[in-house]
Amino acid sequence: MSQAVSAVSATSGIELRDLGQSYILRDAGKKSEFVALAHFNLQIKAGEFVAIVGPSGCGKSTLLDIVSGLAKPKQGEILIDGRTVSGPDLDRGFIMQGYALFPWRTVRKNVEYGLEVKGVPKRERPEICRHFIHMVGLSGFENRYPNQLSGGMRQRVAIARALAFDPKILLMDEPFAAVDAQTRETLQDELMQIWAKTGKTVLFVTHSIDEAVLLADRVVVMGTRPGRVYQTLAIDLPRPRTAAGMRVSAEFGWITRKVWELLQEGQGYMTPETTPKTSVSDVAEQISAQVSL
Amino acid sequence: MFKKLALRSGRAVYKIAAIILFLVLWEIAARFHLLVSATFLPPFSKVITVLYHMALSGELWRHASISLQRSLIGFTCGMLFAVPLGLAIGWFQKLGNFLSPLLQVFRNMPTLALLPVFVMFFGIGELSKVMVIFWGVLWAVLLNTIAGVQDVDPQLIKAARSMGTSSLRLFATVVLPASLPFIFTGMRISATTSILILIAAEMVGASRGLGYALYFYQGNMKIPEMYGYIIVMAILGVVLNYVLEALERRNFRWRDAGGIASE
Repeated sequence: MSQAVSAVSATSGIELRDLGQSYILRDAGKKSEFVALAHFNLQIKAGEFVAIVGPSGCGKSTLLDIVSGLAKPKQGEILIDGRTVSGPDLDRGFIMQGYALFPWRTVRKNVEYGLEVKGVPKRERPEICRHFIHMVGLSGFENRYPNQLSGGMRQRVAIARALAFDPKILLMDEPFAAVDAQTRETLQDELMQIWAKTGKTVLFVTHSIDEAVLLADRVVVMGTRPGRVYQTLAIDLPRPRTAAGMRVSAEFGWITRKVWELLQEGQGYMTPETTPKTSVSDVAEQISAQVSL
Repeated sequence: MFKKLALRSGRAVYKIAAIILFLVLWEIAARFHLLVSATFLPPFSKVITVLYHMALSGELWRHASISLQRSLIGFTCGMLFAVPLGLAIGWFQKLGNFLSPLLQVFRNMPTLALLPVFVMFFGIGELSKVMVIFWGVLWAVLLNTIAGVQDVDPQLIKAARSMGTSSLRLFATVVLPASLPFIFTGMRISATTSILILIAAEMVGASRGLGYALYFYQGNMKIPEMYGYIIVMAILGVVLNYVLEALERRNFRWRDAGGIASE
């Protein structure tokens, strides 16, 4: 499947070149290879917000682990600003679903962690922390421990922690999947504001179609077995967007429907016997004709 | 103000009501020879009087101080050895796999059964007593430390690693603080164990110490004095545990839920 967006300069943003990842599975003594990702190509412009949607087990998280530098790909390479990524670094901030806050550190000390790693002088840290804690709306909670915060607040701390050391890229792995629906909408709106303010490049992984369409400039639909780019869609809904505003937008409805169709197709790609492929893609074609994506 | 004070003292009385009841029953049983002869069970009041005199004469302190000294040295050495070893075993999986069968064998040997061995190796002086305490306190701390390191939330390691944290920093800023509550729990268990082992060690070969005193008075049929030392040991254990628990609560406040703030 070709990509919907023309190539961007390799000197900015992220370029994923032909990424492949596989694991050896041992089942009852028999070894088999599980291909998590294959020939994954994607180019992300500097400052772009890209959301990746795919069903569970499609290799979304594997992809983020590779981009973060925590996992080495079996094949292919990642370029950030034209340079090959060899491991984790402070140019990327990783935000996980489970918050992963250090429970023995207060909010402020959590946000400070990356600054310590970066070697920011001690006297400069409080000001930076204050700035980002304020940005995520947690002023006044600096001295709380994570277990004294609600899920939504914890995720805000995680966002502040990732922003504090000023990475160029934010990698977000289903960051709002664990919070309740109302909090999620608030966090989504806030994330969009923060993104507009900071201009970070965002690679956002989610299994929620609505979330992907709401947040992103571009949605990458992943296909399964093996995980790969099935199709990418540019979302040209006007900004600023809000979760509440999108809910009543007909256009938003059409696009999410389209993404849903593509997801169905992408999953059925390798197993035609399980999915009535023709009928679904017929519908998809009809809809895409109507929406003129 | 007065009402509050009354309420608080009422609560305190309730907390120790069972102990008071037990002591009253002891007193009654001893005075009316309900269980055994008065020779074997003197009344609590008599034990306390004897204890008071022993405390005044300085005899109690003479025995207690040497016991505390042995305990403290053995315990400290044990911690200095067990915590780094436990951290290493927990962190380096291969080392853990290599050592754990041996550790399991050692751990399951009753410490007191090894007492004669320690006496043969280190003589009947201070060293053998300190060594047996050292041995006895190792295991709870060692195993808790290993468990603590292995229990570190992989997400936290992932979060730290994603920022390009070096292994040394990762260990110091994530693995160690995450293991500390486990290590402390191990220390609390070990501290109580150290007293237990000490008493037994002193009963075997010593000329001073709480265990020796207990054994001495039993041998000389000075039963109230014997009970006096038993009470001292019980108090020692309770106080130690209380202090360590208080320290634990203070240092690991981040562990208990506290008041959850809302959005």
